[in-house]
This record gives sequence, structure tokens and C-alpha cells, in this order.
Amino acid sequence: MSGTTVTTQQTARTQWSGQSIPRKEDERLVKGQGRFADDIRRHNEAYVYLLRSPYGHARIRRVDVRAAQEAPGVIMTLTGDEVREIQKPFMEIAPPPGGYIEDYCLAVDKVRFMGEPVVAILAETAEQARDAADLVDIEYEPLDAVVTGEDALKDTAPLLHGKVGSNVVWHGLYDWGSVEEAKRQADKIVKIDRLHFHRFTSTPIECNAAVVEYYPGSGEYTFWCNNTMPQFAAMFMGPALGIPTDRLHFVTQDIGGSFGNKITTYVYLTICAILAKKSGRPVHWTEYRTDHILGGSHGNERTFLDIEVPVLNDGTILGLSARAIDDCGAYPRYEPLGSVIWSQVVPGVYRFRNVRIDYTQVVTNKCPVGPNRGYSRLQHMWMLERVIDIVAHELNLDPVEIRKKNYIKPDEMPYETPNGCVYDSGDYPRCLDMALKLINYDYWRQRQAEVRGTGKLIGIGIGSTLDSGTNNFGQARIINPELPFSGNGEVANVKLDLYGEVVVTIGTTPQGQGHETTAAQVVSDILGVSPDRVRVLIGHDNARNVYTGFSGTYASQFAVTGLGAVQGAAQKLKREIQQLAAGMMGSDPEEIELVDGTARVVGRPDTAIPFIGLANVVFANNATMPEGLDVSLNCTYTYRPPFKVPDVERKFGNLTLTYATQIHACVVEVDEATGETKILDYAAVDDSGRLIHPQIVEGQVHGAAGLGIGAALYETLEYDAEGQMLTPNFYAYKAVTALDVPMIKTAAIESPSPFSPNGAKGMGEGGGAPLHAICSALQDVMRQTSRAIVHDSFNPSERVYRLLRQQPSARRGVEVISNRS
Amino acid sequence: MSEPVKSQTIRVVVNGREYTRTVEARTLLVRFIREELNLTGTHFGCDTGHCGSCTVIVNGRLIKSCMMLAIQADGMSIETVEGLANPDGSLSPIQDAFSAHHALQCGFCTPGMMLATKYLLEHNPHPTEEEIRRGIKGNLCRCTGYVNIVKAIQSLANNEEVTL
Ligand code: FES
Ligand code: FES
Repeated sequence: MSGTTVTTQQTARTQWSGQSIPRKEDERLVKGQGRFADDIRRHNEAYVYLLRSPYGHARIRRVDVRAAQEAPGVIMTLTGDEVREIQKPFMEIAPPPGGYIEDYCLAVDKVRFMGEPVVAILAETAEQARDAADLVDIEYEPLDAVVTGEDALKDTAPLLHGKVGSNVVWHGLYDWGSVEEAKRQADKIVKIDRLHFHRFTSTPIECNAAVVEYYPGSGEYTFWCNNTMPQFAAMFMGPALGIPTDRLHFVTQDIGGSFGNKITTYVYLTICAILAKKSGRPVHWTEYRTDHILGGSHGNERTFLDIEVPVLNDGTILGLSARAIDDCGAYPRYEPLGSVIWSQVVPGVYRFRNVRIDYTQVVTNKCPVGPNRGYSRLQHMWMLERVIDIVAHELNLDPVEIRKKNYIKPDEMPYETPNGCVYDSGDYPRCLDMALKLINYDYWRQRQAEVRGTGKLIGIGIGSTLDSGTNNFGQARIINPELPFSGNGEVANVKLDLYGEVVVTIGTTPQGQGHETTAAQVVSDILGVSPDRVRVLIGHDNARNVYTGFSGTYASQFAVTGLGAVQGAAQKLKREIQQLAAGMMGSDPEEIELVDGTARVVGRPDTAIPFIGLANVVFANNATMPEGLDVSLNCTYTYRPPFKVPDVERKFGNLTLTYATQIHACVVEVDEATGETKILDYAAVDDSGRLIHPQIVEGQVHGAAGLGIGAALYETLEYDAEGQMLTPNFYAYKAVTALDVPMIKTAAIESPSPFSPNGAKGMGEGGGAPLHAICSALQDVMRQTSRAIVHDSFNPSERVYRLLRQQPSARRGVEVISNRS
Repeated sequence: MSEPVKSQTIRVVVNGREYTRTVEARTLLVRFIREELNLTGTHFGCDTGHCGSCTVIVNGRLIKSCMMLAIQADGMSIETVEGLANPDGSLSPIQDAFSAHHALQCGFCTPGMMLATKYLLEHNPHPTEEEIRRGIKGNLCRCTGYVNIVKAIQSLANNEEVTL
């Protein structure tokens, strides 16, 4: 890592794991030789254009595609009426009545969000397909739209999906400990009316893309695409298309970022599949950025109402109750899984044990959401961090001290949370101290006082979060007990190839996380070859590579599941090599060591067989196989984390295997005249357990911090009351630039996970710490001025300007009630 | 009135090699480079000229190739990511610095980012951090938070030995 790294609690280093070796991916990528989805070309391919709804909510009266079909180059069109005949609605994860939602790949009868695809056009060129779209004549009858979660719950709200009977996708009461009892014991109860977590998206620079081909000879569809959880897609697409899922062949190669956003592309892949089969042509589809922002995948927007926090006078927080309304847009798709995923981190990094959250997820006339870096946990942890800062603010307590007082202590690890999650390891107070030191906390506290009255204000903020990784998919049963899911896992194959080459395959879909490199490091340590001699075949390819139903790259898990599988497979192969070499050299398998691509007898370096010699015996010369041996040198291992099915009734169980920590601290300067917020210093301290490749981990920390800073200050997805999207491209959606992100200082400690196969913790998503830290710093600014409450996760200059000028008489949305006289 | 010209034959030099092609008048330079010349290292990531993943150098000027028609490049000399490496295939100092500093993750923004870097350093061999940030502000990266990109460029900026 960079010069600021303070790595302690370091575990033993092996030769390769733990080193920041050059990434195997880099050479092709810096030479422009990466192969991304849109780079794929198939002979005779045709191009798809999707005509999308200009309305947020409207009935489709009539669709006339005749003129478009006559247009130059057009091969065919596809409408919702045709889709209704070909496709069954996609599976819904929610139980009824939310599960009655009918979701098709093209709008049927109604459009429910601006940007929803209505007609697909296939033509000889991309331009011809786009031109023909202008000739499609659609008559819409606009309907009233609903664009906020709170409005969606009103009796008078327009219904998106009539069959459901309301706009509610899922509702559940989460109740652990006793909030009532905590309130009785409390000295004070802090009540906060409303906190709002805004809608934004990671929107990777590579948009969604696919080339899809149908082969009638086998009934197989091949998708060269950038979907990042293909077997999840297959689970939706197979039944929808009425075909066995093994006819869906996914191939992913280089992927230009996803951050979760490329998980739910099955809707679009289904359109392409239908067109490919009907036309008999390979079809090529690449989104424009506007399509991607209008109809790709947004992050969950969540509103917290009626928050009540019982506290002691010394700042000890006893519990928390709130109502949460989560807005998932027009169709749930991956949802309502987010309605349970937040509960991986119920108390965040804090010790309170009494929690009641009344959780409702609703549909609105906005783009469907999907997993987005920090998925569903960051909204909740943002709320927790707001609560901490607001309590500190109202009770006049120090924001550092109140955190330390309430943090789970390192000697309490492993720590079972109120809902049965087991935090594996960590040292939050130490990470906080390190972060404060990195930003030079004492200096800025002093500067803060000095600059007052100069027109500038300084705020110091803290964001403490967890990145819970390796999901127990059993948590889906808390949403819908009928779902046959639990546990998690990944599979890897490690083999010697015909000439002794070491080849690794995994079912993951890396998008910059360096899986080729880290997998090679793990294998190198076990097989005694250098990483540049390990070939890692990346990408999900279910006709070539091994995979499980969980395969993919999402939810901070590769270091545990992916590398756990690679480690297991490499160890299996090592045992086979030892057996074979021992048989050939007449010694014991235990005496065989693997060094420099050879198997040799310990203490007798000249008695050695190179891997090519071993491979020769197995693959080309097997009449010489030592007597009694049966080795393949081709070893597959499935890593299965130690999970149980959660208790659905109590909503209780261990929902993730590892809990990486991120403690961020920042210093901001606010211009009193304009509300403009500038970051003066920023530090991120991470504990991701044992580090396999510190530089890659640090890169993930930077990236998560960059997107979080963007979301906190610049990036928002806004709709007007009619459901018109106001920010559908990079003109209006102000993606964070190099001018907006400071030089982030980093440090790491390593608290090895006792539960993972290698001591590592999954990481990469971050917990949205910049949102927490920047809001915290702005709260620190308000403490010096208007005493306003920072109530929204998005704070552009206008909002900060208004908060600074909030009148003392204005409703602040917070109240402190004394429990005892 | 005569019909407007629908296509035109153009001659361009890309990474030192000459190509003559007949292209539709409306073909964007980025599509020409990717689809006609099959140089797929130049990417496209938006439809508004903001992301910079299509950045190339045309006659010495830094250009977003999605904001230029192929026919406008007639007679011009274009440099893309494929032309960055040394003639023997080894990495140029910019490519090397990006890799060494982990300035790329997914690598999708990287070709454009490296060309912006090349242009910046050719015009200002010793940029300050602020100048570096200004130099790449037209190139979006969603993976790195820009931290290691800036560090990679700083390593080149502080190095007298480097010939780009
Ligand atoms: S493709 Fe985004 S700027 Fe050219
Ligand atoms: S490295 Fe992925 S967008 Fe820059």
C-alpha cells in the first residue's frame, strides 16, 4: 500500500500471498487488448435498438410498427403484445401479494417508468435500428405517477401493479431485544422525524452489452455479455423462456466495472434471446449511457421515519426503533432481497441490543433498483451514523467519544449481534484512532475554532461501517420461506495441462478486482510455481468453466469463496502430484516438495520431476502410471462456508461470514456564502482480515471512497412529480471527476477472520463510509451555526446553504425527551 | 437541390499505418476506429462527450472520438492506445506507470486516460497535482477514485529520465 499504511497484527507471509505482485490483467488492458462485451463480433450479426417509454406511468393504447418494419435494413420488431405470447412473467422473489407482480422483458399494456423498453427493433446496422425507432407510432394514455416511497403508501396513490392491490412489495417487522424496555431504562429518548437516503448509481463506464446467438441444433443460446451473476440471470430466464436453464450459455470476459449494476440485466438478455431465435441471426446490443441511466440499475432509496433512540446521559445508546420505507422502483427484480440484506449489520459497529425496524418496500414509477456497491447495508449504516451524530449533537457529546463508548470492543470478538450475526474479528476503536491521526484531528479541531468568522467553516466527520461479505443465501427465506436457498459457495478447478502448465478456472466474473492475480498467488504458494506460470481463465463460461449457482462477482466475497475454492483445488492437485511423483521416484508422498515447477524429494534436490514429466505420464504415457495409482491431475473443489439455515420466525441467524471494517475520517471546508463543500483531508482505515494483495485491496478502498464522495456531494438520480427523469446522462448526472476526489490517505490493520479458509475477509463494496463521514462533517459544521440536522444523504451546495440558514424557530425534525425528572 | 453526400472515402493514418476506407457521413470517429479498423482498445461509454473513454490524439490534439465524425478526420493522423507500446511490444513508461501504481482496475477507462496523460505530459512535463487533475478531468473512472491514476502520472512527472 502507499506510504501511509500502518499494517499491524500482520499474519505470517507466504512467498506470494500477501505481496503486491504486478497484476496479471494489466498488460492486455494497458495495451487496449482487453476483450469487453461490445468488442465481440459474430459473423452476420444484427443490431438491437430499444425504444423506451417517454412517460413515467402510462397505458399503452396502441403500438404501430408497420412503418418501422418497412424501414431500410430492418429485420424485425418485437412488441409487448408479442412478448406476452412468448415469455412467461419473470419469477418474483417476493411471496404474494408482492409476488403477483408481472414483469416482462418489454412493457405489456402499461409502462411503469420512464425508459422502460416498449419496442425492440433489429436491423442490419445500429444506425438503421435507431432510425427505424423514429417510425414507430405509439399511443399512450398518461397516468398519474407516484415517485416517492411515502406517497406510494397513501390510500390515494396510483397503483403500479393492479394485481397486487397496493404498492407494497414486501413488509416485515424486525424486532430483537426489547426497545420498550430500553426506553424505560433510558435517561432520554432522542426522536428524529425523518432521514432520507437518496437514489444514485455506480453506473460503470462500460454500459451493458451482449452478443446473443441461438443455435437451433441444440436449442442453446450463447450470451457473450457482461452480466456479473449469470446463474442468477439463468434462474429467471430459463422458466421465462420455457427452456431448461442449461440451454443458456453465458460467456463473460473483461468487464468494465459493475459495482452490482450488471446483475439484473437478464431482462435485456431475454429480449436479445427472443430476437436471436426469431431472426436466426446473432444479435448485438450495446446500451447508450442514457439508456443505462434511465433503465439500467439504480441504488435503493430509503426513507427512515419516526426514529426513536433511548440513550443514557453518558451517551450510551440502548437501542433504536424506526420505520423504513424502501423504494425499489417499478419492478422488484433482485428485490426484495435488500429488505433482509440490511440486517447483516443491524447494530452496525455498535453494542446496543434492542432494535425494532418496521420495514416496507414499495414500487414507484422509477427505474428498478438493483444491487449497488454497499447494497442495502449502506442505507442502514448511514442511518445509524446519522443517529450517532445527531444524538451527540443534541446531548452535546463529543462525536469521537460517543462512538468509542458504543463501539463493540475488540475483546468481545467474535461478537453475536442481536439477530444472530457473528462479527468475526476487528478493532474499531483502534481503526478510529488511526483514521483521526491520519487526518491530523487535533490540528483541525484547533483550526476549526480559528477560522470561525472568516466566511469559512470547518467540519470534521467520521464514518464507521462494515462491509459484510459472503452472504448466507438462507436469508432469502426471511423474505420468502418458500425459496429453496441457503449457504453460499464457489468452485474452482486447478489442473496440470498436457505439457505441465498450471491452469486455474473459476466461475467468477471479475470487473477489475484482479482475480487472475490473486488466484495465481494462492496457487503459486501451494504448487511452488511463480504466478506468471499460472494461467487463470477468467470469466463465467458455463460451457467451459466450473461454476455453482452462486458463481459471480458480487457481495464482497471473492477473497473467501473464490480463493477458498482455489486453495482447496490447488491442495487437492498438490496431493495428486505428490502421490504420482512419489510413485515414480519410489518415495513417500509426504517426502515430496513442490519447488520451481518440479516435484522433488525433500533433501535430494537432484531427484526431481518437472511438471511436464508428471503431465506426460497422465495424459500421453499412462501405461507407465505407477501401480495402484489413479490420479487425474485435474482437481475441482467447491468451497462451502459454514452456514446454517436462519430461523425465519425470529429473523435470526448468521447472515454473512466475514465483516470487514472501514473507519473513515474527513475534514471539510464549507463556504458560508455559497454552501460549497470542499474536502480538505480524507482518511480511510480498513480491516479486511488477512490481505492477499494489499495494493488491490487499497485500490478497492480508493474506488469505494471515490464513488461514496460522488454520491455524498454530486451524484443524484432525480425525478419530477410525473416520473420524468431529470438526470438521465452525464450532463445532468454529475459523475465524480478527478477534481472532486482528494488524495485519500489509507491505512490497514489485519484482524484475520477465524471463519474464512485463509483469514481474509471479503471486501470491496465498502459500507458507504464517505456518505456517513461527509454528513458527519456537515453536522459538525451545523453544530457551529444553525444547529440544523443533516437529514439527507445528498448534500450539494444548495442544501448545505439552506441548512446553514435554517432559522432557530424552524422545525428541526428532532426532539429530546427526558425520561425522568 | 442535389442530395447531400451520404458517404465519403477518407484516408487516415492510425498509429503510423495508413488506411483508406469509404464511410457513411454520419459515422462517428470512435465507431470507425472500433468497427472499421477493429482497434477495439478505444472504448465508448457515453453519448454526451463526458466520459472520455473514447479519447484519442488527432493531429496532436486530444480529442473525444465520439464527438468527431470519421470524415472530419480525413487526411489526419490518429494515435490510439494500440500505438502506445514500444515498437518491440514492451510497455511504454505511461503504460508501465499505470500498471505499477495500480492505476487501473477494470481497465475500461484506461486507454483514454493514458492518452490524456500523454497529451498532458507532452505539453506540461512537470505538472502539479492540481494540473494533473485538470488534465484528466474529462476522463471518468468509476473504479479507482483517481488516487492511483494521479500517483502514476506524478511518478512520470517527477522523472527526468522518462521519454513518453
Ligand atoms: S464515449 Fe464518452 S466521451 Fe466519448
Ligand atoms: S479502471 Fe474501471 S473505469 Fe477506470
